[in-house]
Amino acid sequence: MPQIVLQNIKKSFGAVTVVENLNLTMAANEFTVLVGPSGCGKSTILRMIAGLEALTAGEILIDGKPVAHLEPKDRDIAMVFQDYALYPHMNVARNMSFALRLANYPKKEIESRVKKVADMLGIESLLARKPAQLSGGQRQRVAMGRALVRDASTFLFDEPLSNLDAKLRTQMRAELALMRRRLEKNMIYVTHDQVEAMTLGDRIVVLRNGAIQQQGSAEQLYKTPVNKFVAGFLGSPPMNFFDGTLGETDGRLAVSGQDYHLPLPDAMRARVGGLKDDKVIVGIRPSAFTIANGDPAAGIRLDLPVVLPEYIGSQSVIVSRLGGQQIQIEVSSDTPLGDNATLTFTLDPRSVYLFNPHTEATL
Amino acid sequence: MIPSRVLNRATPYLFLAPAGIVLTMALLYPIGYLTVASFFDWRMGTPFADAAFAGFGNYAWILQDPNFKESFVVTMTFAGAVVVLEMVIGVGLALMLERPIRGMSVFRTIFILPMMIAPIVVGLIWRYMYNPQFGILNKTLKDWGFQSIPWLSSPQWALPSVIIADIWQWTPFIFILSLAALQSLPKSAIEASRIDGASGWQQIFYIKLPLMMPVLVVAALLRMIDAFKVLEVIFIMTNGGPGLSTEILSLQIYKTAFVSWELGRAAALSNLLLAIVMVITIAMFIYTKVRDARLARANAAAEDY
Repeated sequence: MPQIVLQNIKKSFGAVTVVENLNLTMAANEFTVLVGPSGCGKSTILRMIAGLEALTAGEILIDGKPVAHLEPKDRDIAMVFQDYALYPHMNVARNMSFALRLANYPKKEIESRVKKVADMLGIESLLARKPAQLSGGQRQRVAMGRALVRDASTFLFDEPLSNLDAKLRTQMRAELALMRRRLEKNMIYVTHDQVEAMTLGDRIVVLRNGAIQQQGSAEQLYKTPVNKFVAGFLGSPPMNFFDGTLGETDGRLAVSGQDYHLPLPDAMRARVGGLKDDKVIVGIRPSAFTIANGDPAAGIRLDLPVVLPEYIGSQSVIVSRLGGQQIQIEVSSDTPLGDNATLTFTLDPRSVYLFNPHTEATL
Repeated sequence: MIPSRVLNRATPYLFLAPAGIVLTMALLYPIGYLTVASFFDWRMGTPFADAAFAGFGNYAWILQDPNFKESFVVTMTFAGAVVVLEMVIGVGLALMLERPIRGMSVFRTIFILPMMIAPIVVGLIWRYMYNPQFGILNKTLKDWGFQSIPWLSSPQWALPSVIIADIWQWTPFIFILSLAALQSLPKSAIEASRIDGASGWQQIFYIKLPLMMPVLVVAALLRMIDAFKVLEVIFIMTNGGPGLSTEILSLQIYKTAFVSWELGRAAALSNLLLAIVMVITIAMFIYTKVRDARLARANAAAEDY
C-alpha cells in the first residue's frame, strides 16, 4: 500500500487561510489520526487528500505520483463521512455496490463482494433496507461497508463516530481497531476526540490553526509533548497548568508559587538555561499525584485541599487548588476520602512539566 | 348555558367556519351551478328559469363535435409540450447554474421576472415580437439572411409559437423549484458519489435527479394543471387561430359562452375540463399517498426487526 506525502500544502477560502505550508508523510499501511480542536483544519486536509477540496498551493503524492490535479475517483480512495452520506434512495446493497456498478464489475462479483463485507460487518439482514430505516449505528456500518467494498488502497474517515451515542461510539471504536488489524490499508482518520486518536492511531498528528504541533505515537505524544497545547490536548482529565517561578533551594533547582514549592530534577537545569527570566508555566497530569503512604522517600509531599470529590466509577477526580488555580487529581476510587478537608499527596519530580510562558514550548 | 365540554369540542369548528363559508360560496356554489346549468339548453339572454332541460344532451353534442376533438388534441399537445420542455430546460438550467457564481442572486431575480408579468402583457409582448412586419424575431432572421417565419399566421407555426411564449414565461417556475431542490440535497451524498467514481452525468442521473424527484413530480403536475387552464396569452396572441390550430379548451369555453352564447354547452365543456384537471390532481394525490404508504410499510417492517 502506498505512502502518502503532503508537500507544502496550502488552502485558503477567500481571504481566510485555513492551512499553510503543511508537510506530512504518512508511511505505507499506517493508521494516521489527524486530531485537533474544531477549526484546526483537519477536515480540510482530509478533504484535500480526497480531492473534494482543491489545493490553493502545494502537492499531494500518493505512491510517489502527484495527485492534486486528479478527480477523487482517480485517487484510489474510499471515504467514510461524518453524517454517513448514504444515498437515501438506494437500499443498503445498492449503496454498497454503487462504486462497483459504476465501474461495470460483473454482477456475480458485485454480489459476492457485497455479501462478504456485509457478513464481516454483521449487516447481511439489512441489505434490502433503505437508509431511513436504519439506526445510527447501522448507518455507520453501512457507510463503513460501502468504503470496504471498494477495496481501495486508502481509507479516509471524517469523524465517523461523532454522531453516535457514547456507548455505541466505544463499541464501534473497538471494531474499527479490530478491522484495522485485518486490513493492510492506509487509513487516515480525522477526529477531535483525543481518546479515539490515542486508541486507534499508529501516528497521531496534532493540529492547531492549520499547523502541525506534533506527530508521533500515542505514547510519545503523551509522555513528551512538545508544547503546552499538545500536553493539554491529550490525556483525560487534561493536564493541570499554573504559573511558577524558578529558583534555587539548597543548591537544587526548584519551582515555586504562592502556595507550593517543588524541587526539580537536575536534568531540568540545562533545559531552563535559555529562559529570559525565571517565569515558567508548570504542568502536572492529574494522574501524577498519589496519596502519601508515609514513605518519606516517595517524592515531593504536598498537602492539598479537597474542594470537591467527583466519583466516576473506578476512578475519582478530586478538584483541588494549587498555584492559585483549580486543579484536578485522579485517584483510585477505593481511596478513603473521609471528611478530610486536606489530603497529603506525593509527587514524582520527574512528572513535572515546565513550559516557556512566551512560546508555550516544553522546557 | 352550554356545557364547557361541548364548547371545547366545537371550538375548532367555530374557527374553521369562516373559511368553510367562503369556500362554499366561492367554490362549491359556482361548481354546483355549473353542473346544473350543463344539463340545460340555456342561451345567453334567456333567464335560466326558462331554459329547457336537456339531460346529457350538451355532453353528447360536445363529444361528437369535431371542433371539440380538435381543441382537445390542441390542448393535450400544448400541455404535453410545455410541461416536457419546461421541465427539461428548467431542470437543465438549475443543474448548470447550481454552482456558486458571482452575481448569481441578481441573475436569478432577472430570470424569474417573466413569471411575474401579467399573462395579458406577456401575450402582447410576444404578439409584437412575432409581428411579421416590425417584429424583432423576423427582423433578426432577415438581417441574418434567413427567410422570415409566419409565426402566428400559419397553422403549422402558430401552436409552436404560443408554446415558445409559454415556455418563456413558465420555465423560471421549474427553474427556481429545481434550484431549491438541488440546494437542499445532502452535500455529502454527492461528494460520496464523486469518491465512488461517478462522473458529472452519473451524479446527475443516479444521485441528483432521483433525490429531486418528489419536487419535480409536484412541479410538473402543477404546470400541467396550469397548462390546461391557460387562456389570456393565447387569447391575445392568436385568439385560437388560424383555424382552430391554437384553440385550447378554455378558449373554446370562452367562445362557446360569449361568442355563440351557448351557456349550457359552455358549462358542460367547463365540466369536462374540470374533470380532466381533476383526474390529474387525483393522480398526483394517489402518487404521494402510495409513496407515503410504501415508506410507512417499510418503516413498520424496520420496527419489527
